[in-house]
Amino acid sequence: MPEQQWPLWEVFIRSKQGLDHKHAGSIHAADAAMAMENARDVYTRRMEGVSIWVVESRYIHASNPDESSSLYDPANDKIYRHPTFYDLPDELKHM
Amino acid sequence: MGIHALPIYALHLADNALVLGHRNSEWTGYGPILEQDIALSNIALDQIGQARYLYQHAARLMNEGAAAQGAGGVTPVTEDSLAYGRDAWDFRNCLLAEQANGDWGKTILRQFFFSAWQFFFYEQLQHSRDSELAAIAEKSHKEVIYHLRWSSEWVIRLGDGTAESHSRMGKAMDDLWKYTGELFSPADYERKLSAPGIAVDLAVIRPLWEERVQEVLMAARLGGQRSDWMQTGGKQGRHTEQLGYLLAEMQFLQRAYPNCEW
Repeated sequence: MPEQQWPLWEVFIRSKQGLDHKHAGSIHAADAAMAMENARDVYTRRMEGVSIWVVESRYIHASNPDESSSLYDPANDKIYRHPTFYDLPDELKHM
Repeated sequence: MGIHALPIYALHLADNALVLGHRNSEWTGYGPILEQDIALSNIALDQIGQARYLYQHAARLMNEGAAAQGAGGVTPVTEDSLAYGRDAWDFRNCLLAEQANGDWGKTILRQFFFSAWQFFFYEQLQHSRDSELAAIAEKSHKEVIYHLRWSSEWVIRLGDGTAESHSRMGKAMDDLWKYTGELFSPADYERKLSAPGIAVDLAVIRPLWEERVQEVLMAARLGGQRSDWMQTGGKQGRHTEQLGYLLAEMQFLQRAYPNCEW
């Protein structure tokens, strides 16, 4: 008989100061209600957050690390994509 | 009369919180999964925190009472001496709190019965004429809202779960139901204090507790026939044998090495 494991969930917490939810870690839970409680109990014990998101890990699709050279290296020599590449005329203020 | 009853009442509430908090802390490191190990340890910490405030209040009242009677030179009591220096017959906690953990289902059901009681109890105690008790109740009530939510969901999950979990919850019901009546049978110190509006009138919260508990038990398919016979005595210091074992472990260090710190 295979070992029964509850599904894995990813937890995102928004702190009092923060505007965005940040990935805090993962927990196991049988359903969303339990995931929310487990996230509260495991990740907000030291006043870390004022808002929690949970999502089942299987719904997150991640890029493949093996493909990183083809995905990210081509951006290396495209410095014209940064605004600092362009010279601004002296007359132009407030940029 | 009421003056002497108040420290006993504070002790009764503190003992409830400490004993059940200690029982729950016995799960630390042994929880069925890491997340629930932490959840129950959090609840234990909430309860022991409540116990500290109540013991501090009781100690203050007792020391003031001793001073008023001119009992100079007597060593003042502290929250620690009350928690670690009294024997079983001095404890005033309800029998429900001291019952052994058993399996996860029994621990959950014990917590649910107690949290449902504390939920309505602290709600009322916030209006106590004793401002210290009212303040402790206000802080504690927020914590208990979560304890009740957590334990209710688990009772339903297990009661309405697999055949195995359902039968274990039925066993837990058989073990624990007889200790729920004591939550609502007032001791003499409660009667003396409820008329002047210091203690909670347990008759007021009983129907609220019964309705909430019935609701959850029905959802958990545990709403069958139950015995009406209720065991009492804890509030008067007559305990089940369970409490002695608990105190032996909890108090060992302070008994063997009085006033030790680390």
